[in-house]
Amino acid sequence: MTPSVRLQEMIRVIRSARTQGEERGIIQRECADIRSQFRQGDNGERSHSLAKLLYVHMLGYPAHFGQMECVRLIASPRYSEKRIGYLGAMMLLDEKQDASLLITNSIKNDLSHSSQYVQSLALCTLACMGSAEMCRDLAPEIERLLRASHSYIKKKATLCAVHIIRKVPELAELFTPSARTLLSEKNHGVLHGAVVLITELCERNPDTLVQFRKAVPELVQIMKGLVTSSYSPEHNVAGISDPFLQVRILRLLRILGHNNDTASDAMNDLLAQVATNTDSSKTAGSAVLYETVLTIMDINSESGLRVLAVNILGRFLLNNDRNIRYISMTSLQKIVQTDHNAVQRHRGTIVDCLKDQDTSVKRRALELSLALVSAVNIRSMMKELLIFLSVCPPELRSQTASGIFNAAERYSPSKRWHIDTILHVLTTAGGDVRDETVPNLIQLITTASELHCYTVHKLYRALIKDIAQQSLVQVACWCIGEYGDLLLKGECEEIEPVQVTEDDILDALETVLQSHMSSPATRGFALTATMKLSTRITDNVDRIRSIVSIYGSCIDLELQQRAVEYNALFKKYDHMRYRSAVLERMPVMDKNSPGHTNGDTSGEIKEPDTSKPKPVEVCDLLDLLGGTDTPLQPSPAPTSTPTTTSSADLLDLLGGLEIKPGEKFSLYRKIYMFGIITIKKKKKHLKIQCDKQTETEVTVTLIASNSTQNDITNFTLQAAVPKVCTHSVFKLGSVFAHTNSRYSFHLTILLYHPLQVSLKMRIRVAYSNQGAMHQDTVQIDSFPSAACQPSFSPL
Amino acid sequence: VLSLTVQPRCKIIRFILIQNRAGKTRLAKWYMQFDDDEKQKLIEEVHAVVTVRDAKHTNFVEFRNFKIIYRRYAGLYFCICVDVTDNNLAYLEAIHNFVEVLNEYFHNVCELDLVFNFYKVYTVVDEMFLAGEIRETSQTKVLKQLLMLQSLE
Repeated sequence: MTPSVRLQEMIRVIRSARTQGEERGIIQRECADIRSQFRQGDNGERSHSLAKLLYVHMLGYPAHFGQMECVRLIASPRYSEKRIGYLGAMMLLDEKQDASLLITNSIKNDLSHSSQYVQSLALCTLACMGSAEMCRDLAPEIERLLRASHSYIKKKATLCAVHIIRKVPELAELFTPSARTLLSEKNHGVLHGAVVLITELCERNPDTLVQFRKAVPELVQIMKGLVTSSYSPEHNVAGISDPFLQVRILRLLRILGHNNDTASDAMNDLLAQVATNTDSSKTAGSAVLYETVLTIMDINSESGLRVLAVNILGRFLLNNDRNIRYISMTSLQKIVQTDHNAVQRHRGTIVDCLKDQDTSVKRRALELSLALVSAVNIRSMMKELLIFLSVCPPELRSQTASGIFNAAERYSPSKRWHIDTILHVLTTAGGDVRDETVPNLIQLITTASELHCYTVHKLYRALIKDIAQQSLVQVACWCIGEYGDLLLKGECEEIEPVQVTEDDILDALETVLQSHMSSPATRGFALTATMKLSTRITDNVDRIRSIVSIYGSCIDLELQQRAVEYNALFKKYDHMRYRSAVLERMPVMDKNSPGHTNGDTSGEIKEPDTSKPKPVEVCDLLDLLGGTDTPLQPSPAPTSTPTTTSSADLLDLLGGLEIKPGEKFSLYRKIYMFGIITIKKKKKHLKIQCDKQTETEVTVTLIASNSTQNDITNFTLQAAVPKVCTHSVFKLGSVFAHTNSRYSFHLTILLYHPLQVSLKMRIRVAYSNQGAMHQDTVQIDSFPSAACQPSFSPL
Repeated sequence: VLSLTVQPRCKIIRFILIQNRAGKTRLAKWYMQFDDDEKQKLIEEVHAVVTVRDAKHTNFVEFRNFKIIYRRYAGLYFCICVDVTDNNLAYLEAIHNFVEVLNEYFHNVCELDLVFNFYKVYTVVDEMFLAGEIRETSQTKVLKQLLMLQSLE
């Protein structure tokens, strides 16, 4: 259709508009014009008007009023009008519009039109915007066209069938028989469509897939024909005959050969042939080679073929074309776990790609490099990775940092190297590391006891250089607080000695405290470190005292609380040497201590018990509390060999810390385990509430309160649970002070227990009331069920 | 959040776009169901992502859960949106194939040709792509058909 002068004119006018407003005005005028044209009915101008409307639509303006016009034009006998009508339908109508249903009949008629071009218009439109209902209506027509018609139509019909199957999967069976016969077509276009159709059928239905496995030899033949002969000049792209068809066939072979030995064997030779004979100097050849590699990797190919594939990918890595390097790394990423050694051979090239200018290439190279780190190459790889960290784009930093940490954790040759590496990362990219890095590093440092001196020296030096990197500063403060005495000694094996005075250290910590760059958490670290130093230095304790007291009136609540408590340690408890006990060196932290709840339950719980489960009677409780008064019910032998250590630990951990009523208590470092019992005796009682019971967990909340007139002092609590509940967590909630001398504690106990064990708990409490010491023990034999009724246990 | 998955692992061309550097759409062919405002948003996003890249980038952009294969010819960006698992190089070749046909059909095509003959560009697209798949790859054949169609109008 030669565009009417008016259409071209309109386009020119619109383009000449200088402002958005002017354009809108022109568009409005034209649309009004178009609308009136539509109303006038058939005058030979309708198609031009619709064309104009479509142009307006492409500019982004609304064009809904043209929908009915599309319907009308499609029904017209004139080709030029049909043509624009169908184009309009594809652009303006979609499944959601009601008008689209109206064209179903026209399409149906046009599918059997005498002119193949009209048929093709109908097919195209149906394949583009056909809704599920339309597809259902017209599917038989399409199927007929698949079998009977001219290749020009068959091409479109196959892809139309693909669209139908996507919209209405149940119709797949309708097309399966014809699809099979289409494979013998010579016409490339039809063949291409047929392969696409078969691929779609196989992906949706496993039975169909089995059926089409029989076609593998035929497909192999077709491919061979394409690869060896070059007599298809029309489909030739850069010397490869019909690379698009080759790619599609390879993809279908992949699906058919996956997890199937027979099919994979049948295509082995072909794949080797394609892999060796395809010229990869141009993109077209590389595309085919790439698809071949993907197929080899996904079917059950013999190892020689797999090596060939990895080598192709390796060659791609050296290609000048960045695109090809990129996709090569994408594929290597997928196979690096399974074919690790083969990929390792190309490690050097991969590491070089870290320096590429495209960020997406860098990202791929980074992921691959991290996957290739092993115990053997850790030192050289880490050097490269650290260099990369200092120059990499910001969006990759946190990924690089975590990757480095993981690699270091798995493969570090020595603790010192490990610590050095982490410090290096913190100095370079401290702002991008995850939150757990700080506690993880601290935990690591505590375990490397021989390196404490070295570590604290290094950290101190890093600290005085720069206090901007929060994570580094936090770790440094912690270390200085813990190992400040080592720092003062000045000498250290692995580092040149430097004289550090107590004032120097306190200066450094105070700088951190006062700097505006320090986050509240960091200042908390610094304050605690300063306090810890009070037991490790000798001369400047007064200075520490004054720092601590200043922060007693700090606006930040956390700092203020800490300062007040530290002050209390100075004032009230100095004579009890309490301060040194609280501030003494931390024990080595175990990574899997209670509190790290990650399902790491003991072996007994995990054992699959196929026999009828019998309830396990636990008799350990008696042992735990030193075998007091009332014996438990008689028990058969416990399932596991009793280990006596755990029970002792429990008791030891019940440090018997005194709680003064009314005093706010904050937990320091050790996890103290308490139990609270209701002692319902003269208005003192303990409430036991059991909630959140799951299969293996019970959360028990114990609330103790005293409603007598008198103070209860020296309140000590101890609780014991069966050995099997190894990962129980005890948490002391806050102590509430009520009016007069009423107080109450909240204690939450999270008990992990195996299914068959009936839970028991024994609690002992000691307190003094009006000068007299009392002690009571309570045994809880059964916990309330999930109904969570509080139970009162009288004594 | 725009989701462009028909179903998991559906390897279909989601759309083909031709845009100029200023963001004006010269062709938009959609092979999946989108609302009008979704379409507009996608057009804007693709434009934003593609125009910041230059020769030192690859021709592939991955974002969200799909992938754009694109190439710039003079002032026009030709973009095809495919599944992340698709063969990038094959679609790059498909773009080039398409552009060569346009070039032949319009005799050294330029942007204005695409503007004033926009409906013809759709015809070319429909000859070479259908239902979200590559349909005909032989340039000779496509050109022959196009000339036939032209004679009908």
